[in-house]
Amino acid sequence: MKARPTMSTSLIIKIASRNLLQDRLRFIATIVGIVFSIVLVNIQMGLFLSFERMVTTMIDHAPADLWIVPFGTKCFEDPSLLDAQDRTKALAVPGVSQATPVMIGFSEWTVPNGGTTPVFVIGSDESGAGLHPWNVTQGDTASLSSPNAVAVDATYFGRLGITKLGDTTEIRGQKARISEITDGIRSFTTTPYVFAPLARAQAYMGTPPGKVSYLLVNLAPNTDIAAVRNQLQTKLSKVEVLTPDEFRNRSRNFWLFGTGAGAALFAGALLGAIVGTVIIAQTLYSSTKDHLNEFATLRAIGSSNLYINKIIISQAVLSAVIGFAVAAGIGLIVVGMTARTALPIVMTPELTGGLFLLTVLMCVTSSVAAVVQVVRIDPARVFRQ
Amino acid sequence: MTAPVIEATDITKTLGAGASQVRALNGVSLALTGGELTLLMGPSGSGKTTLLSILGCMLTPTSGEVRILGRSIAGAPPGQLAELRRDHIGFIFQNYHLLPTLSALDNVRLALDVRGEPAGTALAKAKDVLATVGLSHKINAFPRQLSGGEQQRVAIARAIVGDASAILADEPTGALDSENGHAVMLLLSRIARDTNRGVLVVTHDPRALPFADRIIHMEDGRILNEEYSTTINGKRDWFDTATSFRRPKVTAGDEADWQPAHEAMSYAPAAK
Repeated sequence: MKARPTMSTSLIIKIASRNLLQDRLRFIATIVGIVFSIVLVNIQMGLFLSFERMVTTMIDHAPADLWIVPFGTKCFEDPSLLDAQDRTKALAVPGVSQATPVMIGFSEWTVPNGGTTPVFVIGSDESGAGLHPWNVTQGDTASLSSPNAVAVDATYFGRLGITKLGDTTEIRGQKARISEITDGIRSFTTTPYVFAPLARAQAYMGTPPGKVSYLLVNLAPNTDIAAVRNQLQTKLSKVEVLTPDEFRNRSRNFWLFGTGAGAALFAGALLGAIVGTVIIAQTLYSSTKDHLNEFATLRAIGSSNLYINKIIISQAVLSAVIGFAVAAGIGLIVVGMTARTALPIVMTPELTGGLFLLTVLMCVTSSVAAVVQVVRIDPARVFRQ
Repeated sequence: MTAPVIEATDITKTLGAGASQVRALNGVSLALTGGELTLLMGPSGSGKTTLLSILGCMLTPTSGEVRILGRSIAGAPPGQLAELRRDHIGFIFQNYHLLPTLSALDNVRLALDVRGEPAGTALAKAKDVLATVGLSHKINAFPRQLSGGEQQRVAIARAIVGDASAILADEPTGALDSENGHAVMLLLSRIARDTNRGVLVVTHDPRALPFADRIIHMEDGRILNEEYSTTINGKRDWFDTATSFRRPKVTAGDEADWQPAHEAMSYAPAAK
């Protein structure tokens, strides 16, 4: 029995690369198509990842084992309120060491130079395991105890009309003084976060007395979290007791899929991939058409369909590798440029790997039309040309 | 007697459909034997290229049988026909059909690469064959850097590098001047004689006649007659087996020394 032939990859790649480079203009058009497509997908998916992180950033930074939330709460920003007395009931459950009230909600910030801007206030007991600002670059957490003290993020200085620590303004007509500055605590709604002690936050928001947004539950060491959760759920009415993961997923699903924002980002990415695939398919098809005589010669001298398909797929993969390298470079520049903005684009190793696979998949899919065309070539055409 | 390399029996081929249907071949039988250079001649539309395509396993006949080294190709799928072409048949085309992006060496090596020969062996064989056709000094040249004659010699090298039993050439001198045409025909006749390959050359060109061991004339899809060469008193003569007609053209035994019957039909002597 005859051994199955093994092919020389080098000659296949040589033919593929030279076919690609023979028409420089078309090659550039192919690469531009890939780059535009991949950069678009990169931006859309980078925004999606950024959005995904930002919608759960408060939950991620809250040191809680369990969250007690009003029944039916859809996301962290939900305006529903709890009865503050639930805290006492929660603390009575064996295994609960702390139940820290947190207050959240929108308010109105007076811009010192004139006008107002909405802000999202987060209030928490400064002494407990509450939701405190992180990445503090100026001031310290203790300073929030001082009268009218609030913390804001440096990203929003322009929006808030402030420039430095100690600047003063009003929130819903009540005094506020910048006593802490953070770096990188950004809101996906682009509404600036303002951190304040619980009582002051309630005043800034005009919350009815005896109401809070959430209770952050911390458990004693070696406590069975499921048992405590069941007991809390039984003892408290009109609330839900969620693990951080559950609350995170609920928030993420609401903002990304409940509002259609995530679907819009995915649709943009999908559109980018489709447009890219069509552009590459068109250029690969026309390149193959220009080399039909050569492929017919290959068929005439007895090369298998596999050999010819490998040449075409190698052309596609070479285009993918070159296009991806350029697109990744541009992507890194875009990531760098947006890093300090209110809506940074995130690039992770997983996204980079995924984009590379997508590029290869797009290019290989694009080669199908060319492959079909070549497989149908009549080798006898070499006698007519 | 030597067994035929390619044998076609009672081949018919119908092309097109409906009102435009044409019978391109009508009961053609032909055997190509190793060591023999056969010219297939005839006017345009006589069925030469269709026959060459069928003998080269590129087309399948409507009826009749083709055998390659005794093995019938009836019902063989396209992949198997490709294997037969790859392993047993070398092709030479009027327009050379070299890959313009590959060097002469890579163009020749390609015929081995599609067979799965290891790169090292393929390179060595390709170099040897290019030396045989007198192009060892042009192995790195691209087709655009070669003359027509040189390109055709690269194409011949590609056809023979894989040790094909049969070489099928379609108008190999059609795009060449006298000098290069002579060199190519001389090379083909030597390939037939020295390597015991069966060489079939489709041509319109009467200047190729002196190199042939046999001439087949076709017209309207049929073989009209076959002439075999014979050497009488050191001169090559042609003898029609059907009509006993003796062509009044006499050549020396060695084609290189061939002196044409009249100048209009001659190739210039090969360059020394």
